[in-house]
Amino acid sequence: MIAELGLAALWLAAAFAVVQVLLAWGAAKASRVTGERAAIAGVELMRALRLTTLVQGLLALLSFLLLIVLFIRSDMSVVLVAENSHSMKPLMYKVAGAWGNHEGSMLLWVTILAMSGAGVALFERRLASGTLAATLGAQAAIGLGFYAFLAFASNPFVRLNPAVTEGQGLNPLLQDPGLAFHPPTLYLGYVGLSVAFSFAVGALVMRDVGPAFAKAMRPWVLAAWIFLTIGITAGSYWAYYELGWGGWWFWDPVENASLMPWLAATALLHSVTVLATRDGLRAWTLMLAVVAFSMSMIGTFLVRSGILVSVHAFAVDPTRGTFILGLLGLYIGGALALFGARAGTVTQGSTFQLVSREGALVLNNLLLSVILGVVFIGTLYPLAAQAAGVQLSIGAPFFNKAIAPVALVLVIATAVGPLLRWRRDDLNVLLGKLLWPASAAGVTFAVMFVMTGATHLLTVLGLTFAAGLAVASVLPLGRRKLLRTPLHIWGMVAAHLGMAVSLAGMAADSAFTLERLAAIKVGDDVTVGPYRVILADVRPTIGPNWSGLEARLSVRRGDGRPFDLFPQQRFFSTPPTNTNEAAIRTMVDGQLYTVLGQGDDQGRWQLRLWWKPFVTLIWLGGGLIALGGLLALIGRVRRERRQADAETYA
Amino acid sequence: MRRLLIWTPLALFAIVFAVVASGLLKPGDRLVHSAMVGKPLPQLNLPPITSDKPGIATADFGRGKPRLLNIFASWCIPCIAEAPQLMKLRKAGVEIDAVAIRDTHDGVQAFLQQYGDPYARIGDDKASTAQLALGSSGVPETFVIDAHGRITYQHIGDVREEHIPELLAQLEKAK
Repeated sequence: MIAELGLAALWLAAAFAVVQVLLAWGAAKASRVTGERAAIAGVELMRALRLTTLVQGLLALLSFLLLIVLFIRSDMSVVLVAENSHSMKPLMYKVAGAWGNHEGSMLLWVTILAMSGAGVALFERRLASGTLAATLGAQAAIGLGFYAFLAFASNPFVRLNPAVTEGQGLNPLLQDPGLAFHPPTLYLGYVGLSVAFSFAVGALVMRDVGPAFAKAMRPWVLAAWIFLTIGITAGSYWAYYELGWGGWWFWDPVENASLMPWLAATALLHSVTVLATRDGLRAWTLMLAVVAFSMSMIGTFLVRSGILVSVHAFAVDPTRGTFILGLLGLYIGGALALFGARAGTVTQGSTFQLVSREGALVLNNLLLSVILGVVFIGTLYPLAAQAAGVQLSIGAPFFNKAIAPVALVLVIATAVGPLLRWRRDDLNVLLGKLLWPASAAGVTFAVMFVMTGATHLLTVLGLTFAAGLAVASVLPLGRRKLLRTPLHIWGMVAAHLGMAVSLAGMAADSAFTLERLAAIKVGDDVTVGPYRVILADVRPTIGPNWSGLEARLSVRRGDGRPFDLFPQQRFFSTPPTNTNEAAIRTMVDGQLYTVLGQGDDQGRWQLRLWWKPFVTLIWLGGGLIALGGLLALIGRVRRERRQADAETYA
Repeated sequence: MRRLLIWTPLALFAIVFAVVASGLLKPGDRLVHSAMVGKPLPQLNLPPITSDKPGIATADFGRGKPRLLNIFASWCIPCIAEAPQLMKLRKAGVEIDAVAIRDTHDGVQAFLQQYGDPYARIGDDKASTAQLALGSSGVPETFVIDAHGRITYQHIGDVREEHIPELLAQLEKAK
């Protein structure tokens, strides 16, 4: 019964999406007609449109919640539950199982899409009603395509008759608290960008591009960007401790799929500020809004079609791929065609001098676009080569070499931009402001160069630029009364500082990591960096749905207090899989990372040990960037509300 | 210029779309292509495993007549399934040699008695070295060795009734 209700809610939501498109069309038309009757009709239509959007969002949510209920109850008469769940699984992973598969994750995707639309309908009061109507119409049109995809190619509520007595489990690699909430976070980011896309389509249809449009769009872009940042940071840390290889970014297609929308959204975030503050970069901002969500959809498509072979390929199905490709062609192609037809009529906004805040933001946008282009080509080139009959894969060496130099220039733009005034600034004044960051960078470079020599030039440069950026990023707070500094300035400072921190972590990890592979018997010891590691014991251990082996490593740093680490090998029975659970000790100055490998017939155990100085800074920086986004979001929303109140009372 | 620039994104997207669509719609090639096809038979020198048949040497092949080389084992269930088909091929006049993988004298003897014996020679490959040299990863597999001692065809898995025409055609081609 619950499954049928879920499917009914889904179909109803799709029906409401159809109504939403029609109402939006009517309301947009009415907004163009003058006269009292048209105005009244317009208001009525808008009210109905907002309500419809809200109901559509709630129905989608209901459908998704019912799917979660099916997973919690372990209802094995539903194919999806039988294939992806198990009654013995801990409750948290039963819930997470609802989106740890193709159909469920697509339902989550659509639910977030519909809820975002409902959010816009509920909170958006600044936009002209015609533009808002067109925006909500576009949002519903996207929703319709994906409802069709769910209903015809990926129905999550299909019954299994006869029901099975037990399910087949969830990929054990995915049974991890961090990962259980990784996809929803990323999806909130991916799909949140749909709002920016719909805003851009709405603005193009109604030819209404300006500061008001930018201000309306900004909070949505910020919110989506925050979730993307958190999702990518968390995903990177998950890969780091769960895959057991000590790496934190693999340039895997799926990782790239999450990075590309983030890069586009970061560029959009900065260009929308130019549009909101200075009414510049109109067409470019529209373009970025379209590109950002297009990247999200392409990301979903890459993962879900299995067209790119990757470690994430747990949903390989060309039929679905074809369906999604059709939707992509329709939406992205449609939006880009609309852009081509209308962007020429978008009048150019305000102009500015090269040396100005706008100038730096344009540079930032160009560099981010270059990085985005490199990642995009690197991810899709193997596919193009395959079409030409050549098998190849592109990995870290390409990406690191191609992106690192651009990223370093981007760091300079990030350091300089906030120190510049809008419209135009004086180069000499700027150089004066850069004294402190430049000195910090210079000292860091000298120290690092002496310590490591020229062999690690790129990592030395990374640390150098990180130091310069760290100092430069807090400079905008100078000469301000800290308590009266607007929250969004704090947000910018935190995010830019976060970049510096993360960059420092990446550089330190690649320059100073020490690796040790050893095969030792119980009682023997091995050293890695400043640590002496004794293999004290290896014994069997059990968990809720796995059994395994656990090593006790007794670790001591110099004369310090010894501590124990417990790396494990786990054997999951449903489905049968082995995983390595790394044991990680986080210190102030880095992490000790230990993995238990296979044993041999002479009683020796393989141990993989890494000492990674300051590696935690990578994710700490990611957290800071997200925090910066959050501060900016709160600051912007509060400021606009105050302004709106002031206008009401004026 | 500006107009051209504005349409560039759509043009780029169209290219990407075409590439992805072609990759998606082209049926995937799921066949395992043998690296040894077209190459001369590697040097083999296997002792006999049964008392009444000789072992296998590379020099036995390429004497102007194509032969089948069957990789099998008495412990292998699909080998039992394909035994009648090999017998049919033998009756059609095909010369078949075999490599017995990780097997024993008694095992092979009993297998031949129960399921038929189409083989002219059987080589004893206790450590799978000949199997690896042939580029075979499992049992049963069947190779066509042409009149000049080259591998011209590799059949992976048991030979079923529907495979016989293809094998005969390959043998004909290998003359």
